[in-house]
Amino acid sequence: MIRRIFSALLTICALASPAGNRAWAKDELVLAMTQTPGTWNPLISSMLAKSLIANMTARPLTAYDADWKLVCLACTELPTLQNGKARVIDLPDDGKGGGKKGMEVDVELRDLRWGDGTPVSSKDVAFTLEVGKHPLSGVASSEGYKRVLKLDVKDDRRFTMTIDRVTFDYNSIGFLLLPAHIEKPIFDANPAEYRNKTAYDTNSTNPGLAFGPYRIVEIVPGSRIALEQNPTWTGQKPHFKRIVVKIIENTAALEANLLSGSVDYVLGELGLSLDQAIAFEKRHGAKYNVVYKPALIWEHIDANLDNKLLADRRVRQALLLAIDRKAISEKLFDGKQPIAHGGISELDPMFSPAARQYGYDPTAAKKLLDEAGFATLRNNVRQNAAGDRLSIELGTTAGNRVRELVAQVIQSQLRQVGVEVRIKAEPPRIFFEAMGRRTYSGLGMYAWVQRPEGVPRSSLHSKEIPSAENAWSGQNYPGYANPEMDKALDAAERELDIDKRRALFAEIQRLAADDLPSLPLFFRVDPFVIPKALKGVTPTGTLNSSTLWVEQWRWEN
Amino acid sequence: MSRYLAARAFQTAITLALMSLVVFVLIGLMPGDPIDMMISGDPQMTSEDAARLRAMYGLDKPLLERYLAWAAQALQGNFGYSRSFGQPVLAVLWPRLLNTLLLAGTAFVLATAIALPLGIWAAQRPRSRADYLINLLCFAGISAPPFWLALLLITLFAVFLGWLPAGGMADVRPGTPWPTALVDQLRHLALPVVTLTLVQLGAYTRFMRGAMIEILRQDYIRTARAKGASETTVLWRHAFANALAPVLTVLALSFGGLVSGALITETMFAWPGMGKAIYQAILDNDYNLALVGLLMATLATIAGNLAADLAYVWVDPRVSIAGDAA
Repeated sequence: MIRRIFSALLTICALASPAGNRAWAKDELVLAMTQTPGTWNPLISSMLAKSLIANMTARPLTAYDADWKLVCLACTELPTLQNGKARVIDLPDDGKGGGKKGMEVDVELRDLRWGDGTPVSSKDVAFTLEVGKHPLSGVASSEGYKRVLKLDVKDDRRFTMTIDRVTFDYNSIGFLLLPAHIEKPIFDANPAEYRNKTAYDTNSTNPGLAFGPYRIVEIVPGSRIALEQNPTWTGQKPHFKRIVVKIIENTAALEANLLSGSVDYVLGELGLSLDQAIAFEKRHGAKYNVVYKPALIWEHIDANLDNKLLADRRVRQALLLAIDRKAISEKLFDGKQPIAHGGISELDPMFSPAARQYGYDPTAAKKLLDEAGFATLRNNVRQNAAGDRLSIELGTTAGNRVRELVAQVIQSQLRQVGVEVRIKAEPPRIFFEAMGRRTYSGLGMYAWVQRPEGVPRSSLHSKEIPSAENAWSGQNYPGYANPEMDKALDAAERELDIDKRRALFAEIQRLAADDLPSLPLFFRVDPFVIPKALKGVTPTGTLNSSTLWVEQWRWEN
Repeated sequence: MSRYLAARAFQTAITLALMSLVVFVLIGLMPGDPIDMMISGDPQMTSEDAARLRAMYGLDKPLLERYLAWAAQALQGNFGYSRSFGQPVLAVLWPRLLNTLLLAGTAFVLATAIALPLGIWAAQRPRSRADYLINLLCFAGISAPPFWLALLLITLFAVFLGWLPAGGMADVRPGTPWPTALVDQLRHLALPVVTLTLVQLGAYTRFMRGAMIEILRQDYIRTARAKGASETTVLWRHAFANALAPVLTVLALSFGGLVSGALITETMFAWPGMGKAIYQAILDNDYNLALVGLLMATLATIAGNLAADLAYVWVDPRVSIAGDAA
């Protein structure tokens, strides 16, 4: 009897062993990521999980490639001032005095077709802008669409956009197009209901929603998304016939799936954590290439400048001098996570090496604290003549193991110079409410996502300090206000000459490094654990994910 | 009987209404609103965008007004849209409910089917080696954290042996023969079901064992044995029927869990069920989704208790649904 049961079990295992499932493995790639996409409409909400999939089924007009250079994806040629496809113009009088300058940008779409055969056309661009600008459409950030004052359609594939300002990023057109032939009737019926009726969510596998190398053929909510080659794709033919993206939210389970062969490759943008990847490389480095791509995700500590202990910049400078970021990177991240000298990455063309860089120097930190008046040490904590103890709260997001570890190390290092740090880890929604309403009491550690050559206006301009008047928008959580900085930020946005813009960026970095409203820590690294046989995956480190070039992915022995 | 059921239905309706209010208010009072989270993740959002979105999702209105608007729609069968998924709430929850019922239901049936006989068997041999061993295993099951157990099973059966998939649901393609589809489904179910079963098994076995030991000490059991009744008759007819009532209460209380899902097991095995959906909805302030998900769990708990009350009558003739002793 026992023998019979055992042989039945073996038969079931043999029937359903992974080897049995591998019949289609050569043509199929099984990916995994840790987040469940919400709505599939590319304009409503921005979510990395959705972008990773959407970039396989469609393409933005332009994107930053792996070298952080702006390239055309859905257009034929990048419009620039040099090639005459972009121009500075005088805008017509808007009744408020007029005399404003704007820009015109000529764009030609590539020969692309939606999955149902309908050509991708200027009508789709016009419709996308209409949805983006509509107050009831549900689009989160409408600023990028609103800056397009006018769209002159020349023909099915050529159009000119008039932009309401002179700006250096006039040719960065990063939105994904909506198929007007499917979505416009739904939108026109009731714009306020569009976000609930969009075909992206009611009929997600409609081939007409994709013009990229793949289209979605199956969605099992919360479990997996299956994509197959899009026969109407006019670009390079992709190597895989089918791609399955599994959702596995727990990173330990993710690693087990990778090792068991249930998953071929974990998407680096939403995959294993850095410490996990470092350990994984040590154990399984023979089978996988682990690429540590520095991303434009800036880990830093904001200082609430309303806190009188932190109002003196010498205190903020002392705090940064007393944190041994190199040791933290080496001990916690195996040296993989590059130290940040400010909000602009060293890999960014706008990085300025001239701005002050802070090494680990506890002696200088103590001297600065003495100068700031915190010269008396009582119970190992400094205090000033008024009896104010240098005891500061450091808030961060609970559940982020790496950040919690970094907070503990910082607490220990600052204790060495007489600064008491009280760690307060809170769930992200509570932490970010405190930051956004500026109710955090001292320091707040978190990350900003940047883009190449991006002007850090939202975090450094005085108009971006969140307040009830601006409905708590803006990301200048420290409350930093410096007219010189405002002037440099405003000018950098408008400056079209690259050398002059670089000089303005240098000024921005100099001021930020001297005033230190935010203490820079690291640029986060995205670890990409890539099987050695999988070629063509190129991590970008920007919000333009590696899946924008998915047609180059292939198995190679 | 029909009067009793009508009264229970009325109580259920009142409970659900109160629960909906409590849950709505609790979610509303949690710090942080979804627009704050959107602002922190999108530097392009302006003050106009923030105000527009707050008005669009009704977040600028008082909590009670928002609740009354939702309740008025819910009474007409419209439970609203999920803000995260842009789909009707029931369309989002329904497939997840079925997945959870499949996973948690299978584990519940399996755990009950193993725990009751095992508890009885152990109760017959109190303080024997077998009893100690069963107790030890029960405590191990109760104490083992589900995420650890899940990782252990994944590592053993998926990574080392490669017999079973590490997670996810069966990928049944059109044209797949049904036996293959069934085997694939069972393979994907195996590890999460075993994890959940092992987690529940210990508690159920302990309850059954404890109830049986208590009953087996009673005078009427001794009398039955003195009368010459066989051990089988004593055990099943006299002891088991009486020991079942408290166990039924425990099983009924865990019935709600069948619908609210098993968050950790679902997360570890990438099983798209109710637990993950409700948890994420609360984190994302997706009011409608969280509310309806939790109400479904409440309804399941109430239904479980009703089933338990009816089962008491069945297992113990002295109990009547009117509350009078027979």
